[in-house]
Amino acid sequence: MYPLAQLADKNDMCLAIPGKIIKINGQIADVNFSGAEKEINISLVDVKKGDYIIVHAGFAIEKLEKENVGEIKNLLRK
Amino acid sequence: MKQKTEKIIEEIKIKSAKIGRSLRFMELCGTHSQSVTQNGIKNLLPKNIKLVAGPGCPVCVTDQSDVDVVAGLALAGIPVAVYGDVLNVPGNIMSLKEARQKGADVNVIYDVSEALKIKKEKPNLIFFGIGFETTAPMTAWAIKQGLAVYSAHKLFPPAMDALLANKKIKVDGFINPGHVSAIIGTEVYKRFKVPQVIAGFEGEDILIAVNMLLDQILKNEIKVENEYFRVVKKEGNKKAGKIIGEVFEIVDARWRGLGVIKNSGLKIRKKYQKQDVKFIYEDLIKKIKAEIKLKPSACKCGLVLQGLIESKECPLFGKVCTPDNPQGACMVSVEGGCNIEYRYGK
Repeated sequence: MYPLAQLADKNDMCLAIPGKIIKINGQIADVNFSGAEKEINISLVDVKKGDYIIVHAGFAIEKLEKENVGEIKNLLRK
Repeated sequence: MKQKTEKIIEEIKIKSAKIGRSLRFMELCGTHSQSVTQNGIKNLLPKNIKLVAGPGCPVCVTDQSDVDVVAGLALAGIPVAVYGDVLNVPGNIMSLKEARQKGADVNVIYDVSEALKIKKEKPNLIFFGIGFETTAPMTAWAIKQGLAVYSAHKLFPPAMDALLANKKIKVDGFINPGHVSAIIGTEVYKRFKVPQVIAGFEGEDILIAVNMLLDQILKNEIKVENEYFRVVKKEGNKKAGKIIGEVFEIVDARWRGLGVIKNSGLKIRKKYQKQDVKFIYEDLIKKIKAEIKLKPSACKCGLVLQGLIESKECPLFGKVCTPDNPQGACMVSVEGGCNIEYRYGK
């Protein structure tokens, strides 16, 4: 069982932090979220190494357009 | 960043004063409701703007009878995998947590690939698929990988139709969900004749969305605007849409508190019926359903989900109903209006 706080953390359904793709192995990619690395399923998007993605329940659901990456880095620094 | 926020709040104050009357905006995503409360946005807004939470918490709208059936299957010895915040949702008979206390094998997962891993050791594992367009593609993907699923998946726009059809509900504008929109795109919303802004999840995103809604009202416009353009594209995520359509067909579905909404549910297509729990265990499910007795409760989750009352107006709120002892789904999920109000509200 998870303590409530951890549960809340784990199930914040719409986690809006973008991650950067470090490595791709088929349908799975290693993704860096502000320092923490996670394996993410990328079968729902067309992406390449270096792209920024938004993740929902373990899957990338959208790629962030390059022109917005500056703004995203600002969000990450907050 | 802070300066920008102050400037937006200043603009909101000027515009809302110009409009003069009271305004109700509904945020349609549970994560928006969290952001509103965490960032204290209600206190930053002028008094004539009221933000109300809508039916955007997927766990909260999952019907009691679906929980009863999955708990019944688990108690019959079938291992079940669920997303964490489904665990405490009360059914008419019991929650999955209570089923687990009675010896059922209930596994909490964060994403469907974990369920596929567990399935290697427990071949008859079933997954309780809940959520909107944001989790349906993952479930569809897992079904194609061989996972058996009890689908309680729902489509979001039909809930907006239902809200607008209820004349008791007064809404001057919708703040549309971010990730649902990332999947379905922006065009679907055009059929709703209410000012709408698709918004991201930061406090600032919400303030910008409110500001944009005020602009529409001032200019007497009704349109769908996209504040979360850094993620949401006009056409949505076509790959995700395609896999949903490939695996699921659209059916009527029962929503907690809202009743049956036409064409709002996702049923697994015949092609994949060997992974459809409702098909595999048809007889057992009939038996479980026959034993369900509707439990009377003073829980007002259904009214909270429609923005008809605030959590505090429910007689159970904070007294017999707390996150440790939830009487309804709105108190269970971290995205539920009552749970958020209890944790962050004053």
